[in-house]
Amino acid sequence: MSRIAGVFAGLRKEGRGALIPFVEAFDPDRATSLALLQGMAANGADIIEIGMPFTDPMADGPTIQAAGLRGLKAGATLRGVLGLVREFRATDSHTPLVLMGYLNPILSYGVPQFCVDAAQAGVDGLIIVDLPPEEADLILDDAKANALDIIRLIAPTTSDARLKQVLEGSSGFVYYVSITGITGTRTASAADLARDIPRLRAATDLPIAVGFGVRTPEQAATVVAHADAAIVASALIDTLCKESKEAVLRDVRALADGVRGVRKQAA
Amino acid sequence: MNDHTPNSLRAWPDARGRFGEFGGRYVAETLMPLILELESAYRASKSDPEFQKELDYYLTHYVGRPSPLWHAQRLSAHLGGAKIYFKREELNHTGAHKINNCVGQILLARRMGKTRIIAETGAGQHGVATATVCALFGLPCTVYMGATDVERQQPNVFRMKLLGAEVVPVKSGAGTLKDAMNDALRDWVANVHDTFYIIGTAAGPHPYPELVRDFQTIIGTEAREQLMQAEGRLPDIAIASVGGGSNAIGLFHTFLDEPNVRLIGVEAAGKGMHSHEHAASLNMGRPGVLHGNRTYLLQDDDGQIQEAHSISAGLDYPGIGPEHSWLHDIKRVEYVGITDSEALEAFQLCARTEGIIPALECAHALAHISKIAPEMGKEQIILLNLSGRGDKDIFTVAKHLGTSL
Repeated sequence: MSRIAGVFAGLRKEGRGALIPFVEAFDPDRATSLALLQGMAANGADIIEIGMPFTDPMADGPTIQAAGLRGLKAGATLRGVLGLVREFRATDSHTPLVLMGYLNPILSYGVPQFCVDAAQAGVDGLIIVDLPPEEADLILDDAKANALDIIRLIAPTTSDARLKQVLEGSSGFVYYVSITGITGTRTASAADLARDIPRLRAATDLPIAVGFGVRTPEQAATVVAHADAAIVASALIDTLCKESKEAVLRDVRALADGVRGVRKQAA
Repeated sequence: MNDHTPNSLRAWPDARGRFGEFGGRYVAETLMPLILELESAYRASKSDPEFQKELDYYLTHYVGRPSPLWHAQRLSAHLGGAKIYFKREELNHTGAHKINNCVGQILLARRMGKTRIIAETGAGQHGVATATVCALFGLPCTVYMGATDVERQQPNVFRMKLLGAEVVPVKSGAGTLKDAMNDALRDWVANVHDTFYIIGTAAGPHPYPELVRDFQTIIGTEAREQLMQAEGRLPDIAIASVGGGSNAIGLFHTFLDEPNVRLIGVEAAGKGMHSHEHAASLNMGRPGVLHGNRTYLLQDDDGQIQEAHSISAGLDYPGIGPEHSWLHDIKRVEYVGITDSEALEAFQLCARTEGIIPALECAHALAHISKIAPEMGKEQIILLNLSGRGDKDIFTVAKHLGTSL
């Protein structure tokens, strides 16, 4: 069983949802990112999503855009991100890590080599924002050969007919973009989730994570009442900018407690 | 382009929206359903005589087509070689070729029931053309424009506002066309239900490169006919400047299957090809994925997109339409570079010899003509797409010539 599948299986037994916090690699420097990864794992993160900085993150709002540019300024490269993962893995072999980013740096690295190196470094899954199923054949075989989960975004605009196509070749979990919009802006309501999540459940057995606009422990709790995981990104980056990495870890703890406060039916 | 033979260079893109390995649809899932909807709406319109009739009506009576073909006799004599013809797209309503595409796309938007229009703009020509058609059809219009471009293209910013558009200055990145396109895409992702994105160049996710090209091929189709009437033959060379590449593909497409017509695209070499301050994606870049399509891009070793530079805001883009990438790879079109200072020279030469102030974009193609025309015979013909007028550029040019206005 993959690390990601293992975590979700364990949580089903425990009867609770997962918290997936986000770290933009090298924002504002490598040491902070490493400390955040380690600190998040120690403060209740079940899986961690790592942003791979890109100059032109088309689906991201101002917060993640700025974080990516700070990361690039601090010298982030794809190779550097994998190095960060490798160092984290040296002391943590159980927390799944998912890389999120855009296609061009991966193309530039070379898709087959990237999949080999990412798997060796200890990456568990990939979210490539600008790679819809129509173009995904360029990475599916290499990802599979290296046991990397390909995690797909599903949007409110994704029709039932299309849902099937998007889920084919998806593994690990599905990432439900709860709003039509960019990251860090609006928040989906409980009513939205109550309407949308059952539609996904009917189409897949994969765990469902919800992101885009989840900011507070209360919102994270609302999310896991309907779905299997809450992804929190922009809110944590805002905290890092305005306060400190200690404050981020404090928030992660609170988010993790929020998620743990919702009991689900144990499997 | 189903009416062409299978071996035709005019038969692309394929069903996946690819020109060879270029093009495609690299967008976030939120946009994918809309891209597919747009494609099917476009297919339906393309084969609908009513749509073509409506388009023709606006092109004739509103845009002022056909645009004239002008034999630039004084410039030809000055350079002392080939006969030079200008396809005068700068005489279109709003002063550039951009309006051809905007009329086509807004008619499509109306068919799709979209009630709000967004666009990106570099030099402001596409923004002005979009604001114009939005005013014509009474649709609200938001134009994203890099903050740097807002600064250097004030007249066009004012024009757009006069036409009732909202102009949003984009401060991310270097504040140029690339950044404007990022923010337009972000707006679109957030407003998919009612918004139509009028992309200004033959780039972006499929079907845009095909759709924009189709709306611009009228340039080459008309010029070809006009030249047959004037000279009884095809040109030896057809030439155009390339930024995103819509004016160039508009001119070239009709000639792709004519092996005796040499096609030349002129990229902005900025301060020099090896200066790192240029916009020559084909000559100096390598293939990658940006803004929804695979194409040649200016990028560093890590695949991060680099800033382009050109004196001409309309050429200041680190990518290029995918069809050009393919035409470059199969060597059907030659792509050359012209520097800022060469373009400035040609800008002035055209103004003095022909009484036409060309856009700085076209001045790049004119500069290359200055290099090749003298070496050609007097019976040979060069056809240039004079895609825009230069009124918008007089402030930039004055500054470079040391005059303050």
